[in-house]
Amino acid sequence: MNTELLGVLVIFLLTLALAWPLGHYIARVYSGERTWTDPIFGPIERLFFRVSGIDPNHEMTWVEHLKALLTINLIWFLMTMFVLMNMGWLPLNPDGNPSMSPDLAFNTTISFVVNCNLQHYSGETGLSYLGQIWLMFLQFVSAATGLAAAAVLFNALKTRTTTPLQGLGLGSGVRVGLGNFYNYFLKSSTRILLPLSILVTIILMLNGSPMTFEGKDTMVGLQGDTVQVSRGPVAAFVAIKHIGTNGGGFFGANSAHPLENPNYLTSLLELFAQFIIPAAMVFAFGFYLRRRKLALMIFGVMTIGFLMLVIPNIVFEMKGNPAFSAMGVDQSLGAMEGKEIRFGAAMSGYWSILTTVISTGSVNAMHDSTMPLSGMNELLAMMVNAFYGGCGVGLLNFFVYLIIAVFIAGLMVGRTPEFLGKKVEAREVKIAMITALLSPLLIMGGTAMAAWAQVQDPTLPWLNNPGFHGFSEMLYEMTSSNANNGSGFEGLGDNNPFWNISTGIVLILGRFIPIIGPIAIAGLLASKKYIPESAGTLKTDTTTFGVMVFSVIAILTALSYFPALALGPIAEYFSM
Amino acid sequence: MVEGVEYDLKSSQPPQQLTRLNNLNILNILNNKMKDRDKKGLFQLELVRAAAVQSVVKLNPRQMFRNPVMFTVEIGTAIMLVVTVLSMMSGADVATLGHPGYNFTIFILLLLTVLFANFAEAFAEARGKAQAESLRKTRKDTPAKLLLEGGTITTVSSSELRRGDQFVCESGDIIPTDGEIIEGLATIDESAITGESAPVIREAGGDKSSVTGGTKVLSDRIVVSVTVQPGESFLDKMIALVEGASRQKTPNEIALTILLAGFTLVFVIVCVTLKPFADYANTPISIAAYVSLFVCLIPTTIGGLLSAIGIAGMDRALRANVITKSGKAVETAGDIDVLLLDKTGTITIGNRKATNFYATDGVRREDLIRNSVLSSLADETPEGKSIVELASPDLVRGLSIEGATMIKFTAETRTSGVNLADGTRIRKGAQDTIRQLVERAGNAFPDDIAKEIQHISSNGGTPLAVSVNEKVVGAIELQDIIKTGISERFDRLRKMGIKTVMVTGDNPLTAKFIAEKAGVDDFIAEAKPEDKMEYIKKEQNEGRLVAMMGDGTNDAPALAQADVGVAMNSGTQAAKEAGNMVDLDNDPTKLIEIVEIGKQLLMTRGTLTTFSIANDVAKYFAIVPALFMASIPALQHLNIMRLYSPESAILSAVIFNALIIPALIPLALKGVEYKPIGASALLRRNLFIYGLGGIVVPFLGIKLIDLLVTMFL
Repeated sequence: MNTELLGVLVIFLLTLALAWPLGHYIARVYSGERTWTDPIFGPIERLFFRVSGIDPNHEMTWVEHLKALLTINLIWFLMTMFVLMNMGWLPLNPDGNPSMSPDLAFNTTISFVVNCNLQHYSGETGLSYLGQIWLMFLQFVSAATGLAAAAVLFNALKTRTTTPLQGLGLGSGVRVGLGNFYNYFLKSSTRILLPLSILVTIILMLNGSPMTFEGKDTMVGLQGDTVQVSRGPVAAFVAIKHIGTNGGGFFGANSAHPLENPNYLTSLLELFAQFIIPAAMVFAFGFYLRRRKLALMIFGVMTIGFLMLVIPNIVFEMKGNPAFSAMGVDQSLGAMEGKEIRFGAAMSGYWSILTTVISTGSVNAMHDSTMPLSGMNELLAMMVNAFYGGCGVGLLNFFVYLIIAVFIAGLMVGRTPEFLGKKVEAREVKIAMITALLSPLLIMGGTAMAAWAQVQDPTLPWLNNPGFHGFSEMLYEMTSSNANNGSGFEGLGDNNPFWNISTGIVLILGRFIPIIGPIAIAGLLASKKYIPESAGTLKTDTTTFGVMVFSVIAILTALSYFPALALGPIAEYFSM
Repeated sequence: MVEGVEYDLKSSQPPQQLTRLNNLNILNILNNKMKDRDKKGLFQLELVRAAAVQSVVKLNPRQMFRNPVMFTVEIGTAIMLVVTVLSMMSGADVATLGHPGYNFTIFILLLLTVLFANFAEAFAEARGKAQAESLRKTRKDTPAKLLLEGGTITTVSSSELRRGDQFVCESGDIIPTDGEIIEGLATIDESAITGESAPVIREAGGDKSSVTGGTKVLSDRIVVSVTVQPGESFLDKMIALVEGASRQKTPNEIALTILLAGFTLVFVIVCVTLKPFADYANTPISIAAYVSLFVCLIPTTIGGLLSAIGIAGMDRALRANVITKSGKAVETAGDIDVLLLDKTGTITIGNRKATNFYATDGVRREDLIRNSVLSSLADETPEGKSIVELASPDLVRGLSIEGATMIKFTAETRTSGVNLADGTRIRKGAQDTIRQLVERAGNAFPDDIAKEIQHISSNGGTPLAVSVNEKVVGAIELQDIIKTGISERFDRLRKMGIKTVMVTGDNPLTAKFIAEKAGVDDFIAEAKPEDKMEYIKKEQNEGRLVAMMGDGTNDAPALAQADVGVAMNSGTQAAKEAGNMVDLDNDPTKLIEIVEIGKQLLMTRGTLTTFSIANDVAKYFAIVPALFMASIPALQHLNIMRLYSPESAILSAVIFNALIIPALIPLALKGVEYKPIGASALLRRNLFIYGLGGIVVPFLGIKLIDLLVTMFL
């Protein structure tokens, strides 16, 4: 078998194999059971809570959870704006990099607060080390925010109210405690993100990633010319960039940069690191709710979706570019434009989908240069945004599709729809539809504005490529923002007020509404009466229901984006 | 001593006999009635005509607004009308407005789409109304003998009767309106309502005191108190419900409307953003194409049929002779988890039947049978009759009770029998009373019969001991006869996920035996009305939905407590007020049908939603290439149906979109067939038929229409 493919297969299977025990561990962490990390991190957490005066045992309703979540995010937003706009004169700036412009700082701040890490700057010149460390902090807390939100979902779906409640919702006085947000949040950081990040950092350092606060180094190249090489605390940054499915690179070239991703082994490690938590969270869901079959159904749907996107990409990239073949250029290594020779076509194809399904957005190759239909699959991966998905939020997104599928399937078998023993009614459907509607609105709306601006003023210096590919670049940027992915098709001149502000707004909405929606649905379900299962209940942990969920995801995505995709990658493909 | 009571053998049957209708018979009659109706076909001409008129009336935007999906289509139609007029004006810009003839065609097609959807709703309404009217016809104005204070009687029109008025009915009178008997007893012919020709007994007090307007008094005289105001009877309410005046959307319908509105909004986004996208790609798109794309994509199929499905659900209930007080009740019936059923009349045929004779040692079996028959010949209770039936005709022939004295069963003696002319005293009754009787006379109760009686009891039967001149001669076994086919029905219910509970006054041992034999999941033995209530509350607290059927006033609280309470039409007014459905046939097995109607209702909505959305795949492949083919030739590859031209492609998609609505009206009205094969299997089946079918059918349909359209282009 082809060694390149073998490498991809091995790391895929290895990740899945390790996700199972990690999922078990995560479920224990969130349910407050004893774990081996208690003696190590327990004292630190207790210190945090004592100093801050937070009672980790105070039960919060879903509304209080959301308030806490949004409040801490707002505080980070303000602090980050301050750091990024003033880092020029703040300490830890050996390279003397300047402060950011307001619109770029706005975009970067939001981008890192919302776990997207869209970067309209290059780390080498755009940030001081203080800025980098601050962003590294955000990579931890934004991932922890997503994980904590998922933990609230877990808790809400497990809650079984036995007494009938009426008049649910805001201010109704009905309190259904769903755990403590700060507790989930802190434990996500200390028990999950931190240990894994330390492990990955050490392996990266051993493979040559720098970890220093000294400024640029000088290197004399083979031709004798002197090169200034940027350095910094790279290894730690890259570790959390993947563990937290953030994707924001220390350097502009992201994981294609030799100091961020020195060799094939580190590339495998980074693939593993970005995949492990999203995969483990699905299993954790099953362990936590004691519904392993349901988790396996979800995992199965995600995996089939993932494979349907990743297999064509690996094939397209390994087959090479027919346009180059026609010119007589050897394509036996695959379509190598924009790819690193040390990673190869197969791994780059695998990475391109993994990073887009999972909302990491780190890249080891130029997505702009992938084949048209590979580009379409990368777009589709982000449009769905629930095949594994980002840290915690992937499951939240999947939950929305699940609710819609439960509703339609429930009607199809002649019973008022119910999920995990709770009736799914008008309010839940309304919230699910609003959440599901948001993506097409932001992606298509944003792209439409950009396309309109281009038509009004064809001299705008945004697009590297005219025509269909240029359209794909704009569509990709909006899709990546909405999915909080952060990868770029690049080739798009995006460091200007239009793109900084528009994607900034898309980022905020694309982050918080898909968190608020599912948590609200789960919170409403939690306060409903539990209905025991009967033979007439539609089981949601079956293959049949898996097919239903998959169909809902496929049809909803296809119907929303078909015209846009037809004008972008599909038209490009047929024109080749 | 047992006191003999003279009994006139020639007198008419005891009244309670008449009320015991053979339920199986009713079902047969009902089935025949249903067949007669079906023969008329789904589309009766006069109904179609009325619905066609209504579908135009319903174009009123204020009415259309209730249905967001079809409302947007109406807006699209209005836009096309404006575009058509503009494009017809001289000097119009053909490039952006399009050809007038083409615009007009699109306008007509969209108008038809709206009209078809309106027709579906109007037709469902017309059918439901016709059904209700045919029931209401029975209550034309009839003279009523109004009873005034002081006892004088004046004849007034039935429409003048008000709640609380009292009227008198004698044999031959048509009962003018619904009411409750406050005095007297009468046999009544209810065939106008139930189709059952056997007369029934209604009497004051008790659970059979309710009379229905339009039915006929056959014998005796009753005084009835009016219980409804004119225009407020259950039928009137039901007609209003069907007509839409008081029709409220059910919770599931609201949730589905939200889902459909969501899908509609997705396509608003798709169509609005397409404009700048097309501008970027230098592709002019005509307004007709935009509107067509939008109308084809939004879920018009389910949107157009949604209210028709809901009305048809109530109509199907009405066809099963069940009056529902709200659409919600029908829907809830589909969700039922627990079904409470009375044993007698539902699970078992009204009464026990004799199944065996056991003679004691030293008594010939023939003698036992002969004596048993003699004691039962004049016994008109069903048990007594069944003893005569069980004995072979040879033995019965020649037996005579000339000059005999019948001893009627009384609660005190708990035996019945006969004193023959020759002085022989034959008694039959419960073991302990016969034992007392014989032991008092100094005779022993034989062990073999005692054992036999024990055996009969443990098998769920009721034993009767028989004595002749205070000597035990043997025992008769009486058994509850479980209705044929009932255990299959329970099987079906179990597969639906519904737990059946038998309610009976029997002792736990007998109840358990019958419960097992009939295949019910649970039973309430020695049940009092409070027990039913408690059971319902218990199940509801555990989150289950409970349905029950009842007729008595003491059932009323339980009927109100149950999520679906079906009152029998023969029941008391209190019971009818408490329940949310009234069964005109008084058929206890009707609940099973109601549950299926509820499930069908939800399923029809779900499957047509799936079908409607799945259709969009093919419509995209028809319209998107058509929009861009001219300026981006590469996208020709997406025209996988090989449609003739962009115009023919769009026309075909719009025509298909319009025609699919009337094509599915029969399905919407009849409902998707429910099969109790388990939820997952059902989902698989419906996903295959309506999901996959929904993707494939429009590909074929649009291609076919394109071939036809091309001939005219």
